[in-house]
Amino acid sequence: MTDQPDLRAAVAAGVVGSEDSYRALLAAIVEVARSIFGAKASSILLLDEETDELVFEAVVGEGEETLLGTRFPAGKGISGWVLATRTPLVIEDVSNDPRFARDVAEDTGYVPSGLMAAPLLHDESALGVLSVLDRPEQSLFSLQEMELLGLFANQAAIAVDLLLKARTAERLLGAEGGDLEVVARLASAVDALEDSQREAGIRLLRELAAMLGSA
Amino acid sequence: MSDVAAHASDASQSALPAWSLPKDAVDRIALPAEWPERVTREWALGGATGKGIRVCILDSGVDATHPLVGELESAVVISVGEDDEILASEDEEGDLSGHGTACAGIVRAVAPEADISSVRVLGANFTGSGAVLLAGLRYAVEQGFDVINMSLSTTKKPFASTLHELADSAYFKRTVLVASAHNMPVESYPWRFSSVISVGSHEESDPLAFFYNPNPPVEFFGRGVNVEVPWIGGRTLTVSGNSFATPHLSAICALILSKHPELTPFQLKSVLYLTATNVGGGT
Repeated sequence: MTDQPDLRAAVAAGVVGSEDSYRALLAAIVEVARSIFGAKASSILLLDEETDELVFEAVVGEGEETLLGTRFPAGKGISGWVLATRTPLVIEDVSNDPRFARDVAEDTGYVPSGLMAAPLLHDESALGVLSVLDRPEQSLFSLQEMELLGLFANQAAIAVDLLLKARTAERLLGAEGGDLEVVARLASAVDALEDSQREAGIRLLRELAAMLGSA
Repeated sequence: MSDVAAHASDASQSALPAWSLPKDAVDRIALPAEWPERVTREWALGGATGKGIRVCILDSGVDATHPLVGELESAVVISVGEDDEILASEDEEGDLSGHGTACAGIVRAVAPEADISSVRVLGANFTGSGAVLLAGLRYAVEQGFDVINMSLSTTKKPFASTLHELADSAYFKRTVLVASAHNMPVESYPWRFSSVISVGSHEESDPLAFFYNPNPPVEFFGRGVNVEVPWIGGRTLTVSGNSFATPHLSAICALILSKHPELTPFQLKSVLYLTATNVGGGT
């Protein structure tokens, strides 16, 4: 068992590295979304199920420096509606609506006059919301843009799913007695075997994997 | 068509076995065929206002103080009790997001004399919203509304079978369930069920223009792009999305039903098909 921390550290290093990659991917998605729509800002909000809040996970444009990590209740406002109904929505000219402002503006001082929002859906779950703020005012919205928004949201949902999995793995690795702990202990035990026993040990694990259905 | 309604009612009361039609019972379900030679828009909804038709907006609540919405027949907020019982209490908060107000405004604009009710299933918190949605739909079906506007869907598979059961229950109780289709590549419900009227968006500006889709599961397209709607705070906004195409179809259903209240959801869907802008209604 003495070599277990090293093994866990090695796996953890891989997981920690991936979190940074996925965050960079989310940042790239909002950057491209903002650019393609010619918008002033774009963001990805993630649902924190424990606190029932939406958290800014990636922001580009207005509010970029202050918004990251900011939270607000997941049940209210336009993002809350998009999340709960799993339906994309486009709203123009929202600048003077005080209740709309609760959604974004209170935290930033930035009040958008238009908002496109789509849910981040993965399997059966709604993971968060992709928003694009303030498209150019002169252009009327089209169904083509709605489809494009859906495509970006789909891409963002895959990235968010990977990010969440990386975080879960990291948490499990840190938890004594967790699922990964068992796997890590097994790997340590095989590592510690003499060459003669090692072959039999690996064969045993292969049989186990086959029995578990992952041959 | 009132004779048809009377006969349909007689037939339903004559207690036929559910699984068969005995020879001597054929006369009992005779229905006069008073359909016009050609079902036109004019026949279907010409001059109709939605009067007498009860439309339920299952959504985020409705702000009845907005001048573009006006008086509601009723407004309740749904919650689920400790023993999973459905609790419907009078909604004093109105609309928490603006969306339900927008949907109600669209119905009011297209079918001005329809009776609009709000059943709020959103707000307060996100967790548990799925269970509240199901409870709200069950409540709305039990209330016997003529049309239920559902500009929302769920991706949770465990809810699908209950939603399916509720959609079928509505269908057989002559409640028309009009549901937003999803424009993203995900499985969601209840719009995929054939017992509902599913709606996507078209880009035209005529609120009465609607199209039949020969390639389901989305069956109809309603006006859903750059629509002016009432919003909370007394404002008017321009909005886009399938969730705004849906109340256009709900209102069109209300118009048709106000003129032909005897239509079952199955017959109503046939009338929608025959009078769709790309079928027979464009002329």
